[in-house]
Amino acid sequence: MFESLSSRLGEVFERLKKRGALTEADVSEAMREVRVALLEADVALPVVKDFIAKVKERAIGQEVVRSITPGQMVVKIVHDCLVETLGAAEDVNLAAAPPVPVLMVGLQGSGKTTTSAKIALRLKTRDRKKVLLASLDVYRPAAQQQLEILARQADVGSLPVILGEKPVAIARRAMETGRREGYDVVILDTAGRLHIDEVLMAEVADVRDAVRPAETLLVVDAMTGQDAVTLAREFNEKVGVTGMVLTRVDGDARGGAALSMRAVTGRPIKFLGAGEKLDALEVFHPDRVAGRILGMGDVVSLVEKAMDSFEQDEAEKLAAKMAKGKFDLDDLAAQFRQIKKMGDLKGVIGMLPGIGKIKKQIDEANIDAKAINRQEAIILSMTKAERKSPDLIKASRKRRIAAGAGVSVQDVNKLLKQYQQMADVMKKVSKMGKKGLMRHGLPGLFPPGGGRFGG
Amino acid sequence: MSEQTAKKGWLGRLFGGNGGGDIPTPPTEIPPPPDNPVAPPLPPDVVPPTQPTPDIPGVPQPHPEIPVPPSQPSSWFKRISQGLSRSSSRLTQGITDLFTKRKLDDEALEELEELLITADLGVATASRVTAHLAKSRFAQEVTPEEVRGALADEIAEVLAPVARPLIPDPERKPHVVLVVGVNGSGKTTTIGKLAKYFRDQGLAVTLAAGDTFRAAAVEQLKVWGERTGCPVIARGQGADAAGLAFDALREAQRRQDDLLLIDTAGRLQNKSDLMAELQKIVRVLRKHDASAPHDVLLVLDATVGQNAHSQVEIFREMTEVSGLVLTKLDGTARGGVLVALAEKFKLPVHAIGVGEGADDLRPFEAMAFARGLLGLE
Repeated sequence: MFESLSSRLGEVFERLKKRGALTEADVSEAMREVRVALLEADVALPVVKDFIAKVKERAIGQEVVRSITPGQMVVKIVHDCLVETLGAAEDVNLAAAPPVPVLMVGLQGSGKTTTSAKIALRLKTRDRKKVLLASLDVYRPAAQQQLEILARQADVGSLPVILGEKPVAIARRAMETGRREGYDVVILDTAGRLHIDEVLMAEVADVRDAVRPAETLLVVDAMTGQDAVTLAREFNEKVGVTGMVLTRVDGDARGGAALSMRAVTGRPIKFLGAGEKLDALEVFHPDRVAGRILGMGDVVSLVEKAMDSFEQDEAEKLAAKMAKGKFDLDDLAAQFRQIKKMGDLKGVIGMLPGIGKIKKQIDEANIDAKAINRQEAIILSMTKAERKSPDLIKASRKRRIAAGAGVSVQDVNKLLKQYQQMADVMKKVSKMGKKGLMRHGLPGLFPPGGGRFGG
Repeated sequence: MSEQTAKKGWLGRLFGGNGGGDIPTPPTEIPPPPDNPVAPPLPPDVVPPTQPTPDIPGVPQPHPEIPVPPSQPSSWFKRISQGLSRSSSRLTQGITDLFTKRKLDDEALEELEELLITADLGVATASRVTAHLAKSRFAQEVTPEEVRGALADEIAEVLAPVARPLIPDPERKPHVVLVVGVNGSGKTTTIGKLAKYFRDQGLAVTLAAGDTFRAAAVEQLKVWGERTGCPVIARGQGADAAGLAFDALREAQRRQDDLLLIDTAGRLQNKSDLMAELQKIVRVLRKHDASAPHDVLLVLDATVGQNAHSQVEIFREMTEVSGLVLTKLDGTARGGVLVALAEKFKLPVHAIGVGEGADDLRPFEAMAFARGLLGLE
């Protein structure tokens, strides 16, 4: 159902002629796709609109780096903007006199109780704090017990349950117990409530006034849809949220709610809940969440890697040589090495839906790492003179080279034939000019059909 | 059917045909007519019968006097209309702003589409619905009422085929219903409500506490069992859920119960090992009764956005989901994704959850849902 943004953008830009800088028309068309992608990732519409305006402004006139497509360029801009909007990671604020009250709020079923226990465990193990868990959920059957059991599992304190006690009273008693028994942090887990439920919202506000929490964490399910803006805004207005926790990021939801909530409240996302075990609490990584929202795995760093591995310098050196019509076996060996680097990426690329084009190029290049190793060995078994001028290589030299590389004479012949074909192509390419090579990428280097690598 | 008749229908059910509305839960109540199969006809002022909860050994009791949040209005009719209007007031406002008798042009349609998107209908469904509207009304002068009415008709048409109640087969002793869903979607609460509903119809219902993973989930179901007067078959936390389901089925069969509701632990649909565990439950049930489970209910949270697609798709593939229940419709989330789901999967929607009380389960009615979604009374 969800196509990744990069493949969508790929389609948009395929129709456009590739140019140096992104024009307003290009960007506008791309932004339509970005809009749909964000909406499908459950980013709330008003947030999408603001975000798009921001990206558009930044993208227009942007020079497209030579070795990537305009589509990839836009993805990168969108991604960077997302990371920026999502904000940096922040830890729990414990800057208050102990016991520091931490209030957990959210809708029913968002994962408050589990998150409370996770945070308690983290504070205990990482920060060596003495933590008391107290459940203010007097509504859901067995909710208080659930927290008690989790507290036992995390080996932190839990406030003994007194039947019939009201939430505010429980909160006061928790703080009292915290002071008396020397706890550093008291985590107050409240009942799930709807942000429009006036009575319950007033109740949690009363709790807040009674304990003055250093942190009020809003716990939201990563699967939350468009409603995320409403609930985040309401909770923030009525209770005053200081941070957010996004739960169930171990699911396959794209988690657009993170962006919606961050944009609406301006409060940092502090943690990600990534599993049912109590240690499955992660610090918020904006880039990871951004990649997820865009449904592109880690395409951005992959594109960067691909750019690195296809080094600009070497490509330019090669282009210069070709321009002069010189392409020797040393250059071919260098090509092999570069292709091997790309080959390492092949597996990763294969898993990503978005960059079909790169994948196709690599498939066309028909990379077989073993065969390339062998071919490189053949070249390395030659003398420097032979590599510079392959015409020197006659029958007896071939036998020596074959023995040196551990292959047959036929393999040596095959390689030399391939080299010849490539050299022919290079001549053609040099006619196209330097820029032509960069734009046409790998297939431009290899003759169509023939000249494949591999044994 | 217009809302007027629908409303009359509800009210009729409220005040008529139920002994004047002062018998809270007639135990010998014959199953209601098929058009109102899920929500029991409750008089407006009946507080959910809170049965005294005897002590479970070693289990601290929640407070029996506050079983539901205090904000719940006592009147059923008030509650449902309030629930629906809450969830649609913003949308209504949006549309009213949009059309005070204006031309239905491209710009207006785009805004309309966006309004549907904010109700979680999804981009594809929202644009299809608006495109359909455009076909008949483009460039016409329209009032907000007309636009809403037309949109509601459009949406109701999609939803009508899936509005089908859950009806246990009386031949089966028991009719086995497996309840599945992601964490926190409201499975246990829904089971409690279903138990209440079918108990009120006079069926013998057994509950199986198959969520052996989450802390205190078993206790939570036990409380529901006591509230509704249904036996709960449970083992300790960490027990094998499939084995428990098997035992529960055997026990319910021995007792010749009418209905067995099996709770399961919440699981994210992309966790293949947990999904395999769910398949195991089905397999083991079939060892005892080859036709079980007779229904597999997927519980969906109305606040969930487009991930609902993935949930339905994978759960259906793994366990042959036969119907949906949409919960938490008492918030501002409008559950519009249901429209897209109805289009795509055509799975029956049996009921909607509109609160935490035992009676906060409603039949799913296509027109009422669609009109409610668009803020039409």
